[in-house]
Amino acid sequence: MVNTTLKSLMAGAAMAALGLAAAGSAAAQDDTYKIGVVTFLSGQAAESFGVPAWDGGKLLIEKLNAGEVPAPYDTVGFGGMKIEAIPIDEAGGATKQVQEFRNLVQRENVDAVIGYVSSGDCLAISPVADELEALTILYDCGTPRVFEDGSYEYVFRTAAHATMDNVSIARYLKARDMKVGTFAGLNQDYAWGHDSWRDFTASMAQLYPEAEVTAELFPAFGAGQYGTEISALMREGPDVVHSSNWGGDLQSFLLQALPRGLFQRSQVVLSAGDHSIPPLGKNMPEGVVLGARGSYGLLSPDTPLNDWWFKTYQDEYDVIPVQAPYRMVQALLGLKSAIEKAMEANGGNRPTKDEIAAALKGHEWESPAGMIQMKLGDGHQAIQPTAIGTTAKDENGDTILVDIERFAAECVNPPPGQKSVDWINAGFQGAKCE
Amino acid sequence: MHASTKRTCLAGLIAVILLVLAGFVFQHWQTWILFTATKAIGYGLVALGIITLMRGGLVSFGQGLVYCTGAYASGLMATRLGVTDAPVLLVVGMLASALLALIVSPLIARYRGIFFAMLTVALSMVLYGVLVKMNAIGGSDGFTLPEPTFLGWQPSVDYADLALYLLAAVVAVVASTATRLYYDSMAGLVALAVRENELRVEYLGSSVFKVTVRHFTIAGALGGLGGTLNGMALGHIDPLFSFWTTSGEFVFIAVLAGYISVSAVFLSAMILELVRSFSNLYFPETWQLILGGFLIVVIVFLPGGIGSFWERVKEGRAARAQAEQEEGAGS
Repeated sequence: MVNTTLKSLMAGAAMAALGLAAAGSAAAQDDTYKIGVVTFLSGQAAESFGVPAWDGGKLLIEKLNAGEVPAPYDTVGFGGMKIEAIPIDEAGGATKQVQEFRNLVQRENVDAVIGYVSSGDCLAISPVADELEALTILYDCGTPRVFEDGSYEYVFRTAAHATMDNVSIARYLKARDMKVGTFAGLNQDYAWGHDSWRDFTASMAQLYPEAEVTAELFPAFGAGQYGTEISALMREGPDVVHSSNWGGDLQSFLLQALPRGLFQRSQVVLSAGDHSIPPLGKNMPEGVVLGARGSYGLLSPDTPLNDWWFKTYQDEYDVIPVQAPYRMVQALLGLKSAIEKAMEANGGNRPTKDEIAAALKGHEWESPAGMIQMKLGDGHQAIQPTAIGTTAKDENGDTILVDIERFAAECVNPPPGQKSVDWINAGFQGAKCE
Repeated sequence: MHASTKRTCLAGLIAVILLVLAGFVFQHWQTWILFTATKAIGYGLVALGIITLMRGGLVSFGQGLVYCTGAYASGLMATRLGVTDAPVLLVVGMLASALLALIVSPLIARYRGIFFAMLTVALSMVLYGVLVKMNAIGGSDGFTLPEPTFLGWQPSVDYADLALYLLAAVVAVVASTATRLYYDSMAGLVALAVRENELRVEYLGSSVFKVTVRHFTIAGALGGLGGTLNGMALGHIDPLFSFWTTSGEFVFIAVLAGYISVSAVFLSAMILELVRSFSNLYFPETWQLILGGFLIVVIVFLPGGIGSFWERVKEGRAARAQAEQEEGAGS
């Protein structure tokens, strides 16, 4: 036993030494800025979010390093420093992600981490990021809890949280003057689905106080089969059917509901549905109201920066950019402009993480999806304008979006210091809509 | 005290000293290893429970059940009752999981082989399903834990990793010494007989049922320790602790280690963590393939696990010594 214990320890030490040799020296060079990019490269969220996001990130980093991005982002890299990205797969749960995050920071010595699609991962990473004092940008996850339940020094979220998506859907119905007497929901049975449904019903209670909920369906995450739920929806025949499903769950729902005629009977509204347009192609049902969690993809505004980005992405990958790559770009451009702002303030030196964090706090910058403003969570949580549209077919049978309504950031996001649900229930107090 | 008992305790003592020294070394050089090692110890403790079951001829594919129970019990204790003392939380997590295992085990102890394994998966997935729906404690997003304290002492940020690692090291050694002593005891050795021939064990007057219940409860206690430890290390727990892929990782570690050696479990947990982390870093799109390939290599070349490697070396040495002796006698 003594022997085996000792040997195991020796073997352990040898293993550790091997690991260290492999890790190599990661001394930060002056002319590169190293970021860890964490997003789903495998698993359920890879096809719809993770892979397009990293495709977009990779492309933008390449263009930034070559200095080919239009003004105001035409400086090379981040303020002259070349960007070096280490991609990490987000699959495997929060436990694994906390460990990989620590490895990125403590072993690979990255200057900043950009990542996380899953809300659970964001909630788990944020306290660790603050503990390690590591500059961290949450680029995609939706839960409002990150900055409503906590406060962090080094953590920023450069995209609006999910409340905006459901408030804007309800506002869209009102703006298009649709009659809603009854409505129902089909959402995945986990925090995202429940939170989305809660925000949507609360918004509807304000905008359509007479409307009744006829069915609340929560099929399991990853269920894939929605026959029973569609039957229930057909039987109830509500005016509006709300769903925050995404990825494969959304595609299955749409494909299974199409032959059953659900889209003829009810107005289907999807809070995050734009990313199902490229995979479904010509099978995408018409007349569906959908959002992209921001003015992304087919909902993006007509600006020079967006025209450049849309075209660059489409030329490279032969598919339209959907929400995830936009949000990745938004995070990268936010970091870039904050670094350059910090450099300007300190006389052109390489800024420290504290200087960058100070610059990013309350920062504003232009993204392809419009102006991003870090207004909530004491300057750590972004708000942004959004847009909602309705699917239709063009003359080739390709899906396009029509009847697009744009909403100002302060119209669909809560004001600073107020929790989303309280803000909705208090009748959207202080909302500034044009 | 029995000579072998003394030897085991001495080995444990040496292991503690070495692990503590290693901790101080890593504190000043490659700090990230401390966290990885703490997590590996947490996983190793759960896998140690599976190995205990393996000695009785059973494998549980659902140890996420007790791992998650330990993490949630201690986590709720910390967030709801404000108890942040790490040793107290470890005891709470261990007892909660052991209790759950004790309640569950009579239901599943009558089953064998794949039926036993599938029932454990089913139970862990039931817990997963329940936790995902419990929005009051965070639902699928889980909840964040406060920083642990150590007997009233709150380490500064720079020493938090080290403090938890030291506690983990002590827990690991105490747990493995205790299980080793149990394996070498009469009750523990009966388990090996159960593994060989259950019917004969029953005829000799021992109860296979009791052995299984005992082992499942021990595995529960170890799982609770591991879950609590990892919960504190990560600072966040979610229902994925009870998901079948998490349980799969424990089986992976147990298979990698084999059921012969206790210390091999922690070594294999550490190897798994390092392989996974580096393959994720260098092959972000195909890291699962590397991990799977690694397991296949181990199964093909070391079917008894890493632990059997030392046994083999030992046997080889004994055989050589015997051969030399015979040679000497012959000349």
